[in-house]
Amino acid sequence: MKRPQSGITLLIPFLLVMTVFFMAPLCIALGYSFMAAEPMGGVRPEFSLAGYQRFFYSIETDGSLTWDTRYLQIIYSSTKLAVISTFICILIGFPMAWFMATRPAKQRDFWMIVVTIPFWTNLLIRTYAWILILRRDGVINTALDKTGIVDAPLELLYTPFAIGLGLVYSYLPFMILPIYSSLERMDWRLIEAAQDLYATRLRILWHVVLPACMPGLLGGIILVFIPTVGSFLAADLLGGGKQMMLGNLIENQFDKGRNWPFGAAISVIMTAVVMVGLLLIARRGQGLKGVVG
Amino acid sequence: MSDRLIIQSVTKFFGSAGNPVRAVDDLSLSVRENEFFTLLGPSGCGKTTLLRLIAGLESCDQGQILLDGVDIAALPANERPVNTVFQSYALFPHMTVADNIGFGMRMQGKDKKDIEKATAESLDLMRMQGFGERYPSELSGGQQQRVALARALVNQPKILLLDESLSALDYKLRKDMQIELKRLQRETEITFIFVTHDQEEALSMSDRIAVMERGRIGQLGTPQEIYHRPVSRYVADFIGICNFVEASSLGLSETGTIGFRPEDATLLIREGQQPETPGPIIQGRLDALTYHGAVTYYKVTLDSGESVTVADHEKLPVNVDDRVRVALLPDMLIRCAA
Repeated sequence: MKRPQSGITLLIPFLLVMTVFFMAPLCIALGYSFMAAEPMGGVRPEFSLAGYQRFFYSIETDGSLTWDTRYLQIIYSSTKLAVISTFICILIGFPMAWFMATRPAKQRDFWMIVVTIPFWTNLLIRTYAWILILRRDGVINTALDKTGIVDAPLELLYTPFAIGLGLVYSYLPFMILPIYSSLERMDWRLIEAAQDLYATRLRILWHVVLPACMPGLLGGIILVFIPTVGSFLAADLLGGGKQMMLGNLIENQFDKGRNWPFGAAISVIMTAVVMVGLLLIARRGQGLKGVVG
Repeated sequence: MSDRLIIQSVTKFFGSAGNPVRAVDDLSLSVRENEFFTLLGPSGCGKTTLLRLIAGLESCDQGQILLDGVDIAALPANERPVNTVFQSYALFPHMTVADNIGFGMRMQGKDKKDIEKATAESLDLMRMQGFGERYPSELSGGQQQRVALARALVNQPKILLLDESLSALDYKLRKDMQIELKRLQRETEITFIFVTHDQEEALSMSDRIAVMERGRIGQLGTPQEIYHRPVSRYVADFIGICNFVEASSLGLSETGTIGFRPEDATLLIREGQQPETPGPIIQGRLDALTYHGAVTYYKVTLDSGESVTVADHEKLPVNVDDRVRVALLPDMLIRCAA
């Protein structure tokens, strides 16, 4: 069936928003990253690689440069946390999406609403709420103490665990919904065909269901990984600022650090890291030719 | 020939606990080795449910399913040595044709070389050489059908189950595939159980047919038995066109209804014309005629008010509203229960 043709005018609002609020800031950040810093914040309009230099080297008292991996380690730990959080989101989100997709059509809408309930409240407030749950005299520790399971309160807040928990909690719906939408469109007769062809349940999951919901799974991974790798809210509130994440590092440079070119340089590096990740996913997606057409 | 499959008093309920519907109702039948067996009936008669019970995609509520003497009713689908060609083909869209065909053998942990060899052979058998690396979305309906057949047959199942497998194809392709299926069944010597609602298809392909009616078997027999000696009006009506008139309208001394096929009657258009075989003759008026190429159907309203259809290979020089007589072949009269 031929699709109706529509004019390019429909694109204009989107292009306008993207240009003004996305492309322009990105270009400004790219430009700032190659400029010199003003001592009180802002940039001096002259070419400088100081921002990038600072990321990879530390300046000794005699002015010489030494290779410094501290900032690379922040990238590493942020990426690691994002990968782990994304993975946990898949482990929790996939069974949930499967559960939703196998409900009768009428019940699915109800579960959709349940999944999106957290969006009714602001993310900042929801993240604060976790502090009340996790702190030494919080809900969990009080309960554990009352039931006598632990003698001393557990250190839950201000740990990497708390950051991961906050990230998984915040971004789980972004994993569930795309997977659900793929599963809902999946041809369930394929599962019967695989059963008929001697496949066990695990093999049906691996050889039939996963390939069929790969577009949704990839979408979910992108939607969860990108925000988590740059998030600073969870690290700030639940990590107590003890563990520096990429997002916090960037935030600091524009705020307390007053080194805008450095902040811009980190942003550019982070964007590059994410783009490499997306390219890898996109190349992996080439194998999906048969699914998408 | 011995029995490959024996179905013993199998019942399957659908619907809610308060209002159960018997999709398959205390049904028993047996299918022989190397037989082309057809389950025929209108939609909702339980034929597809029965097929899915044999495949293991549904579980029986009562009864036994014996395959080569072993009860397989409790086995899950992936442990039954039977394979299905689905109505929608259900080819895996993310796999090439070759990977689709090899899927069953891979799942059984067969040797990689054996799989490649068997896949190539079955592509040959299906006359699909050179299509191994394509994806299902790049194939026509008829080609997808062949791949679905190859994917099932390559496992050399004890029974091949075909669920309305030809109904998605257009008329000419369907005719070709009917011949193709018969050839495959002869060459592979595998027992085929074929589900269809198309009586013509059933008659032309089957060794035996089970006509199903509301979860039970209306009649089981060869195509000739089913066509010429239907045991009930339901079967006679479902298989081809059948006329029913009161015995008294034919001038017969018996009571009840007499059936006859359109081709077992001759239209007499001239005064005093005698049929080649003497038999009952009924008077009437030509109501309509429809030309079908090889055959012309004449719809006649009898003087008793009943309406019958007569088939003739020739287009006779007769007009609507002419007085005609219908001569019946006495050996071909169908006497069956209402």
